[in-house]
Amino acid sequence: MKEHFLKNQTYGQAIRSGFEYLLENHKNVFAFGQGLWSPWYVGNSMTELEKQFGKERVIDSPVSELACTGAAIGASLCGYRPIVIHPRMDFMLLAMDQIINQAAKWRSMLGGQVSPAVTIRGIINRGGEQGAQHSQSLHSLFAHIPGLRVVMPSTVQDARDLLISSVLCDDPVVYIDDRWLYEREETLFFYDEHAIKTLSHQGPVLRREGTDITLVGAGFSAYQCELIAEELIKNHILSDVIDLRVINPLDVNLVQKSVKKTGRLCVIDGSWKNCGLAGEVISAVLEKIPLHHLKNNPLRITLPEAPAPCSRALEQNYYSDVKKMTLKIREKMGNVHAVTPV
Amino acid sequence: MHPQNISQGLGELVDPLKFNHPLNLCGLTREKTFSLLKNMLTIRIIEEKISHLIVRGVVKTPCHLGTGQEAIAVGISENLTKHDYAFGTHRSHSHYLAMGGGVYELIAEVLGKKEGASKGMGGSMHLYGGEVGFMGSVPIVGATIPIAVGAAMAAKMDNNQAIAVCFFGDGAAEEGVLHESLNLASAYNLPVLFVCENNLYSSHLDINLRQPCDRVARFAQAHCIEAVTIDGNDVVGVRDASLNLIKKMRSECRPGFIEAVTYRWCGHVGPDENIDVGVRRSKSELDAWKQRDPIKRLRQAMMLEESLTESSYLQLVDNINGMVDEAIIKAEKAPYPKNEALYDLVYEA
Repeated sequence: MKEHFLKNQTYGQAIRSGFEYLLENHKNVFAFGQGLWSPWYVGNSMTELEKQFGKERVIDSPVSELACTGAAIGASLCGYRPIVIHPRMDFMLLAMDQIINQAAKWRSMLGGQVSPAVTIRGIINRGGEQGAQHSQSLHSLFAHIPGLRVVMPSTVQDARDLLISSVLCDDPVVYIDDRWLYEREETLFFYDEHAIKTLSHQGPVLRREGTDITLVGAGFSAYQCELIAEELIKNHILSDVIDLRVINPLDVNLVQKSVKKTGRLCVIDGSWKNCGLAGEVISAVLEKIPLHHLKNNPLRITLPEAPAPCSRALEQNYYSDVKKMTLKIREKMGNVHAVTPV
Repeated sequence: MHPQNISQGLGELVDPLKFNHPLNLCGLTREKTFSLLKNMLTIRIIEEKISHLIVRGVVKTPCHLGTGQEAIAVGISENLTKHDYAFGTHRSHSHYLAMGGGVYELIAEVLGKKEGASKGMGGSMHLYGGEVGFMGSVPIVGATIPIAVGAAMAAKMDNNQAIAVCFFGDGAAEEGVLHESLNLASAYNLPVLFVCENNLYSSHLDINLRQPCDRVARFAQAHCIEAVTIDGNDVVGVRDASLNLIKKMRSECRPGFIEAVTYRWCGHVGPDENIDVGVRRSKSELDAWKQRDPIKRLRQAMMLEESLTESSYLQLVDNINGMVDEAIIKAEKAPYPKNEALYDLVYEA
């Protein structure tokens, strides 16, 4: 990274540069997980890191999610900053005791004397007829747990920078990236560790400014919000787009401020509705802002309440697309222009 | 006794009428045997006094007492330093104290006080003594086993001959995580010592009703890890077995497994004897095991070789009683954590 920026970098490449930066500059960082020496487990996000930094620091693991996650936590208690990688987050469920009972609890439970400074990377990898157990977006589940920080980068820049911030954070962090973003392309700016805020000071950002509706998402859903905003412009509807970035602890101030301005709220979430992120954002807004600011009922667009199907015909309907979501927003939000002429 | 075929059962090792003789002191100095005796007695007396606090209603937090099992923690920690990493379980007063954790800090922790080992946030089941190498204990069965494997990864990367130790019970052998952890430690040659305190019961239930074979070390053999099964109520035997194994582990950088057969005098949790809750556990079994008391067997051996007199023993008991009583008085008066600790300790400051 000798230039000030690199043009046309993909999200997957940005994750790789995050790893590269960490392994190069922090000797106590190591990566540990299944498929790290394979060309196809983690897309292009870790290509040949083991050749660059050695197989002692980029470690392909046995098929033992629970023990490997626990071992990463153990190493973090002894001064290391491990990144344990679950190439499909469905398999993270096998490590739940270590993530929820151990990593999230040790600091508080032992009187603030230990730092389980582990980063647990879970990759959302769905679509392609992969079915119910190769498709889940389980971020809401982890965001429920005090003690875990949960980050979901949506941009190329964040894919790298939030990974670095996660690993340098003294708390356990669940870093969730999404294979549907791996080809997203943007300019990637030079990384300066000292200029970047620590993870505890990172939160939601406004990706686009508008007046008529607030669109909120995290990870791939935040990217979809940006695309939906482009569609809505064609109907002269201007959107505030908020990328949550960090969903635990969740800071909803920016969303509240935006909804006060626009009077309309739509939350997009690539997971299920019940007890999920979308419902949490909506209720946090409704708790705080005077109801007369609202011009419509808030809307959430989530997955159907069913496991992901394998069959192509069913899968096409299971995952909504930007066009369908735009249509739904226009239907549910009524005649925007009757209220806010453009 | 069965031949040393690890896939066979424990045989005579589980018979309380055997192995109840005075210990063979193997030529240890008086200074060494006295220190072993003192360390075991300290644990015994502290746990008895914690029992009284429970009975008085002063302590509510679940306390899993290890009375009768003291020799294992004491014997193994003889061969550890504060640069090693030890991890415990729900029943870890003995591990914490044997590693050198403070008596006052333990009692204050059990009382939920700010000056406790875990700043009053953990109670009996979540103990921390990082300055003496005691890295943490938790009550989720088997949870610290992979964490200790990770500490051994760290030790191997540091290349400083340190080892990690995880203490766990026979119940943890029924958790899948033990299998994953043994496999990982063996495949990667990690210097972690697995110590199974096989007290023959998980909560109320007899090991023979839970496993097809009562020798837990068979799991280590399946993962190509050197294992020994020993009498856990013989502190000198535990010390010697771990001395040899740990020496090899440090120099060859590889895992080891010790299964120490023992028996807890109290029930699963609290001071009750629990002789009415299990299918086998009975008053007569308990009384027989009390004759196999690790402290009594050491004391008798020391008296036989005239390195301990009745009066010097009573003096030792008195001293420990006084020291523990003082700690209890101080801890009862000590402050609780401030309410802010509830939120301040969830994330880094």
